[in-house]
Amino acid sequence: MSYTKRLDGRKADELRPIKAEVGIIPNADGSALFAFGETVAIAAVYGPKPLHPQHMQDPERGIIRCVYNMLPFSVTERARPGPSRRSKEISMITENALSGVVELKRFPGTVIDVEIMILQANASTRCAGINAAAMALAHAGIVMKEMVSSVSIGKIDDKIVTDITKAEEDYEEGEGATDIPFTISSNTHAITHLQLDGKIQTERLKEAYDAALKASKKILDYQTRALKGEKIDENK
Amino acid sequence: MEIPNINKNKITEVLEKDKRLDGRKLFDYRDIEIETGISKNAEGSARVRIGKTEVIVGVKMDVQEPYPDHEDEGTLITGMEFSPISGERYESGPPKIDAIEVARVVDRGIRESKFIDFKKLCIKEGEKVWSVLIDIYAINDDGNILDASALASVAALMVAKMPEYDEKTEKVKFGEFTKDSVPLTENIPFTMTFHKIKNKLFIDPNRDEEDTSEGRVTLAITKPKKEYIINAMQKGDMALFSIDELEQVVKETEKLYDKMFNELNKKIEKLMKK
Repeated sequence: MSYTKRLDGRKADELRPIKAEVGIIPNADGSALFAFGETVAIAAVYGPKPLHPQHMQDPERGIIRCVYNMLPFSVTERARPGPSRRSKEISMITENALSGVVELKRFPGTVIDVEIMILQANASTRCAGINAAAMALAHAGIVMKEMVSSVSIGKIDDKIVTDITKAEEDYEEGEGATDIPFTISSNTHAITHLQLDGKIQTERLKEAYDAALKASKKILDYQTRALKGEKIDENK
Repeated sequence: MEIPNINKNKITEVLEKDKRLDGRKLFDYRDIEIETGISKNAEGSARVRIGKTEVIVGVKMDVQEPYPDHEDEGTLITGMEFSPISGERYESGPPKIDAIEVARVVDRGIRESKFIDFKKLCIKEGEKVWSVLIDIYAINDDGNILDASALASVAALMVAKMPEYDEKTEKVKFGEFTKDSVPLTENIPFTMTFHKIKNKLFIDPNRDEEDTSEGRVTLAITKPKKEYIINAMQKGDMALFSIDELEQVVKETEKLYDKMFNELNKKIEKLMKK
């Protein structure tokens, strides 16, 4: 039997209930919360500020330094605190997802620190983290060429679905589960981050991108509304 | 690590004319050499050279408890080090993010392609399974360590022999090998990285080209039947990719797979018979 009905009853292109809000951490220069259903991420931005040690400075452009931290109690089986190989990799892909759209040449010699915490995890944590971080950067007033929005597209059995959950990630029947997190820029619709785990026919990648593009436009709308001061919580 | 801007400019300038400073075309690999059996205590080992880039990989096996969510499957652990031996830019110490990324991307290509038959690595469900440990070392980094690491890992797995296992004592007799190969499938992953400078895509950068590269995307691909399947993908660095560029990457990957895979596979199969 193919995957015609999603485990949580959503439509193929439907996001989970979104939460989005900025200004949640008063001490930070910019901050935001973004949640896809039960996956909740917060992010804070500090900077731009002079980068120390000085030899790390780039005289031509600022750098973004990102830390993704999945809290020990955010998952069913306690995660060991502190950096792991996984979290280091996600920190790096988040830096790359954001660096391409920030006007880093305006901030030579500086660093922008982006701290991300996952408070509760049910898949797509890196995407929620990137969405929160992008909002926090904009909230901090950092000049950006474009906004970015991130979403995890899944191929569950042979069906392309948007914003997959842990239960969908674990789906084993038919062609199994393929997880394709995308981050897409708001104006040029370019890909600033892309990963893939699983198996997908080469000719179906465009279909996954199209689903991601469609979802990214919806997410952008939430991000923009939140940045204008709205506290979005679709769980209510 | 910075290279002089004059080199970067030169690399960029010739790329705009679809050329490379070493005379290659955009989608040409440098010469690839594969050697196996480089360390006899390893269950399997391989050296891959792509031009002046050199990587060695060793496969070790051990018996461990399975993961609770896959009680009847063996496990895979992949590690990578850019040791100071491979170039002056590297320092000793625990693996940094560049090495971690190489290990994780190689791991995903092997894991997601189902190249290793993990179910056949189960000794006693829920209690004892074989663990495959892949260790990758950069010996000389002249760019594109990632593709070299993936190819060397596949070669080392293909020549690897299972160690003896004493069922009474439930211990591995390290250093004593059976004639059995590590259980593998036909889904051999082929991993390729595309780089981007301005709007030019190319593969297999040398050191200076890699330092000039603005973005990259890696694909691990298999062709189990007639279809090409992407099993892992990872975009790296800052540059943005348009969907058109991504589609070009996929198309070139399919072409490169057809052009190179059989030849490389034949090379490895010949080494397996040695």
